[in-house]
Amino acid sequence: MASTIRVRATSNGDITEVQALIQHPMDSGFVKDAQGAVIPAHFIQELTFEYDGKAVFVADWGPAVSRDPYVKFSFKGAKKGDDLKISWVDNKGATDATVAKIQ
Amino acid sequence: MRLAICLTLAALALAALAFAGPSAIAADTPDPVAEAKAFQKYFTTKFPKLKPEDFVNGPYSMNEDLHRQWEEKEQFPPYEFSLEAGKEMFATPFKNGKTYGDCFPDKGIGIRQNYPYFDEKEGKVVTLELALNRCREANGEAPYSYVKDEMASLTAYMAFTSRGKPFDIKIPNDPRALEAYQKGKEYFYTRRGQLNFSCATCHVQEPGERIRAEVLAPALGLLNAMPIYRSEWSGMGTVSRRFTTCNNQIRGVPLNPQDEEYRDLEYYLSYVSNGLPISGPGARP
Repeated sequence: MASTIRVRATSNGDITEVQALIQHPMDSGFVKDAQGAVIPAHFIQELTFEYDGKAVFVADWGPAVSRDPYVKFSFKGAKKGDDLKISWVDNKGATDATVAKIQ
Repeated sequence: MRLAICLTLAALALAALAFAGPSAIAADTPDPVAEAKAFQKYFTTKFPKLKPEDFVNGPYSMNEDLHRQWEEKEQFPPYEFSLEAGKEMFATPFKNGKTYGDCFPDKGIGIRQNYPYFDEKEGKVVTLELALNRCREANGEAPYSYVKDEMASLTAYMAFTSRGKPFDIKIPNDPRALEAYQKGKEYFYTRRGQLNFSCATCHVQEPGERIRAEVLAPALGLLNAMPIYRSEWSGMGTVSRRFTTCNNQIRGVPLNPQDEEYRDLEYYLSYVSNGLPISGPGARP
């Protein structure tokens, strides 16, 4: 299966701007399906962006974040061509990770 | 005395009107070319700042703030996952080895602007969604739901390959085609539902205005962006989904997706947007 993470990291001199889109149902656990059964909670708990072995952005997420979440942030100190590692862990223990080149 | 004369005259005038009625309707055969022109002119006059091709961005063309949001969104569009899935599905052969491309002219690439078309053999309007499911059935596969998921992914990919091509809906020289167009138009302008809204109430009379927190899209260019990722839906939706939810929202009873009325409506609404580029898949708030 294709990666669940889309990333675009662009360096603009000193500042690197990162945009990411993650494919995840982000079920809150409060929604019922057409049959009236509760859809169990299933959401990303931790999202991490790592640069050069250091976390530059960590998000502690909960059930209130909507489906297919989108994140945008920027940080200092990265260079063009460097790697940015992105990973997430959800409440069922599932995980995905990808590495993006900073452009 | 004078009053009596007036009344007689009025009665005569009414009688004359009643007689003129039916013949006036019979003489009123639709002229789609002129109607589409008038339809587009109505919107370009209402929004003099916009170029015709701007209308395909729906509510995002209606004010500058929304337009900035749209530009940002397009850098990283939420329909990407669906588009990618659609591309893969489109290329994956059925069990019998054939692909979707075999069902369509030009292998299905860059043809979105020609749909829906009027099938003279069948005597009915055929939409892209209908053609896709017919393709599946002809190859021994179960049809997809018309409203979302797979159908949205497939149409997203087909629209993507047709981006920028102007809508080119044709009405062949066949009275049934003209009738389908006319029926679609009637559906568009007929009020229904508990709220007593027609499609035109929102999308012709009030585009750019708010309905609660939403900005209404103009009817012109509405279908050019289909299918759409709606943040409100947290997912993709097809033309069928748009029509059925619209009917639900005015508290009416929606028809079944791809019922003849909806196909005629899609035919009419696409025809009057002729010349505007395909911009699908789109993203909407």
